[in-house]
Amino acid sequence: MNEVIAQRLANFQAGKADPISLLFFAIIVAGTLMITYWAARKTKTTSEFYAAGRSVTGFQNGLALAGDYMSAASFLGISGMVALRGYDGAIYAVGWLVGWPALMFLIAEPLRNLGKFTFADVVSSRLKNRPIRIASAVGGILVVLCYTIAQMVGAGKLIQLMFGMPYELAEILVGTVMLLYVLFGGMLATTWVQIIKAVLLLFGVTVLAGLVLFKFGFNPGNLFGAVGDMYGFETMFKPGGFVTSPIEALSLGLALMFGLLGLPHILMRFFTVPDAKEARKSVAYATSFIGYFYLVIPIVGFGAAVLVGQDFITGIDKGGNMAAPILAAALGGKPFLGFIAAVAFATILAVVAGLTLAASSAMSHDIYVSVFKKGQATEAEQVKVARIATVIFGVAAVALGILFKNQNVAFLVGLAFAIAASANFPALLLSITWKKFSTRGAVWSIIAGAVSASVCIILSPVIWVGLLGFEQAVFPLKNPAIVSMTVAFIAAFIGSVTAPEPESQEKFEQEKIRTYLGVGAE
Amino acid sequence: MNAREIVNSDRFKNLVRKRWTFSYIMLAILFVVYFGYLFLISLDKELMIKMVTPNITLGIALFVAVIVIAWVLTITYVLWANNSYDKEVEELKKMLK
Repeated sequence: MNEVIAQRLANFQAGKADPISLLFFAIIVAGTLMITYWAARKTKTTSEFYAAGRSVTGFQNGLALAGDYMSAASFLGISGMVALRGYDGAIYAVGWLVGWPALMFLIAEPLRNLGKFTFADVVSSRLKNRPIRIASAVGGILVVLCYTIAQMVGAGKLIQLMFGMPYELAEILVGTVMLLYVLFGGMLATTWVQIIKAVLLLFGVTVLAGLVLFKFGFNPGNLFGAVGDMYGFETMFKPGGFVTSPIEALSLGLALMFGLLGLPHILMRFFTVPDAKEARKSVAYATSFIGYFYLVIPIVGFGAAVLVGQDFITGIDKGGNMAAPILAAALGGKPFLGFIAAVAFATILAVVAGLTLAASSAMSHDIYVSVFKKGQATEAEQVKVARIATVIFGVAAVALGILFKNQNVAFLVGLAFAIAASANFPALLLSITWKKFSTRGAVWSIIAGAVSASVCIILSPVIWVGLLGFEQAVFPLKNPAIVSMTVAFIAAFIGSVTAPEPESQEKFEQEKIRTYLGVGAE
Repeated sequence: MNAREIVNSDRFKNLVRKRWTFSYIMLAILFVVYFGYLFLISLDKELMIKMVTPNITLGIALFVAVIVIAWVLTITYVLWANNSYDKEVEELKKMLK
């Protein structure tokens, strides 16, 4: 460690905003708001509000998907986890990537061809509209809500740590700026916010990892060697308690892989591109960016462990979330810290904006327009309802963020992925691939998946023992996916066999021309 | 041909079968790679700190390998779809007119 780093670390103060980081922060917010102003003039119809007029290219959408997916939790959380716990953080990073190829192989193209604004469009396209819409919209909102609360609480704490702003004020600030994006700019502005954020994040991580590798002669082996010398190879490179048994591994892997295929804010991005070919391209670009991101993140984490030191990191924040920003300060001084802090903030804003758009589309397009109005609503009315739904969800997100302030919400992300994998994904996959899938099968599958995932998580070691303080967990696994996904598929099978629908089977055949050739796709 | 005739044609049915066969093969490879990695970690933790080169552990090498393979599978699917699937789709679409 050289003297410059030691000097910068000695000067490092958490919770103190310096003028440079505030400047970067202001530039990013101002820039994205200008885009919103530009997008607002183009956003008049529902298709423009929810799907950016289907004008987004595959490359742009790939960046936006990456922007939607790479949250502050994965940037700061995984680099911190690697810094403190070593290899376990890397195992986690792999899990966040493997869903993308699966998304490509199974649903990306048919999803684009069959859908309009939400994934509920796809599930309900050949079945009885109302019950399915309600079930899948509720499943979708549940997932988005869990995910949003986790993001909002993480965001508040982060901003508190970085800028020294009071938690409640941070929540309101995030909520307000995010609402401005979505409310006025709709999907177009949200897409551009995601793109900018993805580019900034990839750039920031690349520079950070480059500065680390520079210290080690651009040889990762030297970095790992230094980690081993400092903390022992045994401690930092041996897998710890993250994956304990094969069955636990299978369950966690299933949730991470197929959870992605049930996340409404990710799925709705596929309706912004013109056709299935562009949808396919988007996944290819997204997988490339995200894969690169997760390959580089451990370098940042290990770099922080060696150059900053674990004691210093835990001294600032016990969870290790500040590892990357401290490393930035140590290697690049205050301007670089300001830049990384601003990128982390933009990341939070972008992810929450994407989630809000997904929730508002489920509330207004699926529930209000399709169920209450039976599809009979004018363009102007639909856009108006969409904006009202956006405000309702945005306010709820801020309120819940403040309400959950002192709770440990890490399990909520796990819950969101478990419900997405068990409630949304089986129904979506079967509606695309299984001819005999019926309305009852779909509703049962969504309900069974959501309920079994939630109940198992509550009875799992994470909540039953960790949060509620009971001696022994009723459900032995940390992640319920292996059970709850099985339950959802069995429920789909029994429901479909006991209430077959010849007319929907006929429709399934007719729709094939749209599913596979894209003829008649919106 | 009208839409119904296309859907019932052997050519269309072959295309659909080919698409899913290819998808499921790719998915199967992904499963073997990813879950194989997870099983290995859960069963033999000592193995993960064996060195492949000085200072690089087997665990790190496998971490990189899984990410790279997942990416290669994705790109393989795109190349296949662009070269084989899309051509057939275009021809079937022409027949519709």
